[in-house]
Amino acid sequence: MMLLIRNGRVIDPANSIDGVRDVLVTDGRIERVGAGLQPPPGAQILDATGKVVCPGFIDIHVHLREPGFAYKETVATGTRAAAAGGFTAVCCMANTSPVNDNGSITEYILDRARTEGSGVRVYPIGAVTRGLEGKALAELAELHDAGCVAFSDDGRCVMNADLYRRAMEYTLPFGAPVISHAEDETLSRGGVMNEGLVSTELGLPGIPAVAEDVMVARDILLAELTGAHVHIAHVSTACAVRIVREAKARGVRVTAEVTPHHLILTEEAVRSWNGNTKMAPPLRAKRDVEAVLEGLLDGTIDCIATDHAPHATSEKEGEFDRAANGIVGLETAVALLLDRLVRPGLLPLPTLVARLSRDPARLLSLPGGSLAAGAPADITILDPDATATIEPRSFRSKSRNTPFAGWTVTGGPWRTIVAGTVVTP
Amino acid sequence: MGWTRKDLLTIAELDAAEIVTLLDTAASLQEIAGRDIKKVPALRGKTVVNLFYENSTRTRTSFEIAGKWLSADVVNFSVLGSSAEKGESFIDTAKNIAAMSPDVVVVRHSSAGAATLLARELPCAIVNAGDGAHEHPTQALLDLLTIREHKDRFEGLSVAIVGDVAHSRVARSNIHGMRKLGMSVTVAGPPTLIPPFVGELGVKVSHRLEEAIRDVDVIMMLRLQQERMVGGLIPSLREYSRYWGLTLDRLRSHAREDVLIMHPGPVNRGVELSPEVADGPYSVILDQVAKGVAVRMGVLLLLAGPRTGKGA
Repeated sequence: MMLLIRNGRVIDPANSIDGVRDVLVTDGRIERVGAGLQPPPGAQILDATGKVVCPGFIDIHVHLREPGFAYKETVATGTRAAAAGGFTAVCCMANTSPVNDNGSITEYILDRARTEGSGVRVYPIGAVTRGLEGKALAELAELHDAGCVAFSDDGRCVMNADLYRRAMEYTLPFGAPVISHAEDETLSRGGVMNEGLVSTELGLPGIPAVAEDVMVARDILLAELTGAHVHIAHVSTACAVRIVREAKARGVRVTAEVTPHHLILTEEAVRSWNGNTKMAPPLRAKRDVEAVLEGLLDGTIDCIATDHAPHATSEKEGEFDRAANGIVGLETAVALLLDRLVRPGLLPLPTLVARLSRDPARLLSLPGGSLAAGAPADITILDPDATATIEPRSFRSKSRNTPFAGWTVTGGPWRTIVAGTVVTP
Repeated sequence: MGWTRKDLLTIAELDAAEIVTLLDTAASLQEIAGRDIKKVPALRGKTVVNLFYENSTRTRTSFEIAGKWLSADVVNFSVLGSSAEKGESFIDTAKNIAAMSPDVVVVRHSSAGAATLLARELPCAIVNAGDGAHEHPTQALLDLLTIREHKDRFEGLSVAIVGDVAHSRVARSNIHGMRKLGMSVTVAGPPTLIPPFVGELGVKVSHRLEEAIRDVDVIMMLRLQQERMVGGLIPSLREYSRYWGLTLDRLRSHAREDVLIMHPGPVNRGVELSPEVADGPYSVILDQVAKGVAVRMGVLLLLAGPRTGKGA
């Protein structure tokens, strides 16, 4: 099976390539990247003139909701959403029901991906604590053996610092990081949006930025103590960016991610009372949005992850303070980032590509993130000129909870290729 | 000035002229309370639903009386024993009520933004009777009407709003209304009860009662919600009343002689107000309650009455 992707602008940050090239794929692997490649006999040809050919995008933070919440999303629908959105691999969080805190759940998820998935690679993330209760360690070694690539109680913060320290120590030999949902629940308790002028005006209980900051600081200090790699999920505050930057300079093994919505929206969006502007961490102030973008540019923040969090309409449409946290992101992320950050010149396209492919792959030691010869032929092709309106009814995801409905965006994913096969729905 | 809005959701979205229109309308209806037969036909054939998700005797009763004096059919829908108790969502309940074609729905809800959600879902007029800690526009209007009757003006008056400002929808609505009408506002309380960045709404902040009440024209004491105690926001009721309770002594030694004492009720006697202040000569608390009926008549009339050019 051979595929020749011709005449696209190839951006492959891992190999310092940015120019018009052809990409030849053989048997699911990259054979060659070069200019003017002759199509071998029998090769399928994909004309990518005017398109941008990138290593497959990897989203290291999604909620596929299976097992337990199939009414929100399944592995089948979530991986179709990923394929539609230009992602060739996703890492799914452990807050399912039952929780992914033992190997059999991990195997179940992987089995669903094999049998029902769109072809997009699925890498489960195991729980840190049993039942996400923050009381006792999950079966971390078994989770790792079953295929978990990291450990996280995402959605909850492990408030017990000693337990979190022990989790870091115990998982050290696995070479898989712990992922911190940094939220001091004593400081955030009761809050439903960012604490600030907007929360004061709306009379909504606020979550102060410091609820995130103190936990980022704690987890960095614990990583420093244990020598573990801690990854900070969905960084949203200026102070957290500063703390991560200082820690990296000190040589601490810390990495971080940011979501598209924390790069694009501010707390002002909550004035709509739209439950789709509610998430954890909450949309922050303008200065925070500027700081996370700066962190993304200078490498303090290693990657972009969507925190794709599907919820049924009924869980989002009512009273704001009772709405569930989180929004879907897989099918909107790439287009939004291209339109709102790359087009206005806030983020160079090669940096965006690196933060979506090379960097998340390195961070979790995943295959992919590179178009080097021999690498898996996971490829995302972008159409930088296509204009579309974000229309939740057309999502492949089971859920429609996005604050971006009706936004017109230029640029987006064109083809998603996993192991040499086009998986775009 | 005319009135063009479909709903009354917040004071924040009104301009000064709209507020004055509401107050003038209310003022013109006050005399009904003094009549032998308290009934005018203005809203005959109109249906007003009081949709109350939170306990409130006085606001609900006030709206009910206002509607009845205007000859509207008033229906009370309270959460107790309703479908909301059986798990029906707010939106579903709203749609069901809308299907019964009311002209006005008056809503009280513990969630901020609830009235706005309802206004989007329902074609009829919505009156916000208090949504979480967000706004309580008719309370602010009755407070403003009380102030205007006693002081004959707004421009240049100064007000101290004292107590649990952080959790108070009454404070938020009044801050917006008073600022729009040219009054200067100081909010006062222990720092844990003052919301962040409130200064950006154009108010001064004080952390001492004596300082806050000096030379102001109006002192508005807020109800201390005792359940907030558990949250660790204040050490004890005893300490709160010692430092933040308005006593006759404090009043006489720090406030002006013609100051008005207001309170949205219900009063925690002996906590934020000593009984001799609540019942004393400076107090206009019962006057506020009386004005409440007039204000609510005015609101119902502007939203549902025949003379208005309300939205198509």
